Amino acid sequence: MSTSYSLQDICTQTRRDIVRMVHAVQSGHPGGSLGCTEFLVGLYNKVMTHNSAQFSMNGTNEDLFFLSNGHISPVFYSVLARNGYFPIAELATFRKLNTRLQGHPTTHEHLPGVRMASGSLGQGLSCAIGAAVTKKLNKDNSTIYTLHGDGELQEGQIWEAAMYAAAKGIDNIIATIDLNGKQIDGPTDVVLNMGSIPAKFLAFGWEVVELLEGNNVDAVVDTLKHAKTLLGKGKPVVIIMHTEMGNGVDYMMGTHKWHGSPPNTEQLHAALAQNTETLGDY
Amino acid sequence: MIHNFTNAGDNDTRSGFGVGLLELGRTNPNVVALCADLVGSLKMDAFIKEFPERFFQIGIAEANMMGIAAGMTIGGKIPFTGTFANFSTGRVYDQIRQSIAYSDKNVKICASHAGITLGEDGATHQIMEDIGLMKMLPNMVVINPCDYNQTKAATLAIADYVGPVYLRFGRPKVANFTSATDKFEIGKALHLITGTDVTILATGHLVWSAIQAAEQLATLGISAEVINIHTIKPLDNAAILASVTKTKCVVTAEEHQYNGGLGDAVAQLLARHLPTPMEYVGMNDSFGESGTPDELLVKYGMDVPHIVAAVKKVVVRK
Repeated sequence: MSTSYSLQDICTQTRRDIVRMVHAVQSGHPGGSLGCTEFLVGLYNKVMTHNSAQFSMNGTNEDLFFLSNGHISPVFYSVLARNGYFPIAELATFRKLNTRLQGHPTTHEHLPGVRMASGSLGQGLSCAIGAAVTKKLNKDNSTIYTLHGDGELQEGQIWEAAMYAAAKGIDNIIATIDLNGKQIDGPTDVVLNMGSIPAKFLAFGWEVVELLEGNNVDAVVDTLKHAKTLLGKGKPVVIIMHTEMGNGVDYMMGTHKWHGSPPNTEQLHAALAQNTETLGDY
Repeated sequence: MIHNFTNAGDNDTRSGFGVGLLELGRTNPNVVALCADLVGSLKMDAFIKEFPERFFQIGIAEANMMGIAAGMTIGGKIPFTGTFANFSTGRVYDQIRQSIAYSDKNVKICASHAGITLGEDGATHQIMEDIGLMKMLPNMVVINPCDYNQTKAATLAIADYVGPVYLRFGRPKVANFTSATDKFEIGKALHLITGTDVTILATGHLVWSAIQAAEQLATLGISAEVINIHTIKPLDNAAILASVTKTKCVVTAEEHQYNGGLGDAVAQLLARHLPTPMEYVGMNDSFGESGTPDELLVKYGMDVPHIVAAVKKVVVRK
């Protein structure tokens, strides 16, 4: 990644990629993608040690990231492409026939940067724990990162995994929860109120870090670096990251309605006008 | 003609898995084992004692176990998961589908207590849909060995195969009649008895029953060919078509529902390539119940007399 662009510039370009990708195929999930832009840009550009030039499934001596809420694939693909995992121009194939950029991320088409299919929710934490265990067996001191939606925490498997990671001292993993308070059918508190998510992770035995400014990329990077200092002490670490679904596109913010709906052409232009081209569109 | 098959002494197929896993522990450092609170039932104790650092007790959380196993392959481990067949398949179908089969992870799903011979625990635990569930998944190999020796050999063989595998075995002690030195070749049907009047394709515990049925049929003047279909997917199409071309009728025998099992796989093959009169021995769209394995096999039509009856029925349909 060129150092001539600020993290903010990269975030702006990623937001353009997201809305253009979902507009082009009139499908996909812009809301959560926009809300997690700062997280993924900060993670891949400033925090993780990773080799985008030579992707290997095993990722030996690399930090690994697992996207558990696979529907926010647009932001994942943009960040992977702009980190050099595959050609940026390939973003134009998103959700189209014969693409490697499937609606939800998959290893099946061998897209570099993806190590596990996701989309059916609640599975990513277990998979990440497995990768973390293998890192330990292999004496590989790298870190495992995951991202989960808050609505996804309604899946029981998440809590099986949370219980296991704490009980077995999986202390080389940093899970992040995208706490935007919204899911497809409405506010999470209305659909199925989960109570205090930090308190739940604390009760399960995790080290809990709260990130109130999840759409401030510098705060994201600082929090991830802080979380990393908490590893290796017998506990898994979770970041409860407060974000705004649809962040950076004014009419998508403050509502759950853009969870899985694409903008029309007029709305696309409005979104792009609010996010001026920086690195160059694909 | 009838070969002589000798039962070296009844033994359970799950113990074949246990000794195979222990041997893998000694020969393949990448093999790791996971279990969801059933180590005794899965005969994993010897592996755990010798390789405690390569064993992972997940607790009663099978979905988490499948996900952890999938993730452990990243970095080169070969995870063997162990729990009952019911909890290895139906309970965790979506986890297997997305995180293992679709993600093409090198996980070995090892499932004990399959079929109705689980016995007294009853229908909640007697899964007879598992072969169908697993063989419908693209990218999944499905293996159902017939006895202790073959289960051990299959356990060793699947470690060398790269990709997801479902290995199905059972609880009761049954005849152990295959050779302890036979190598297991995935997808290669084993021709046990040569015959000319009917082909009996059997899998799992019912292979021994098929041999006994063939011996009874010989006394009735019916020459039965018996083939052990230990691998249901990929199916050994060539071996089946060659035999059926000769005998011109088929009986399949399995401890599984008609729907989705070996019989379905064979019917699909024959319908497309060699339409042939066929009868099923298996579970006919029913749940099981409590009872001894032998009682249940009789009541639900999966014992030797039912195989004999199915053969008598099919040979006159030619």
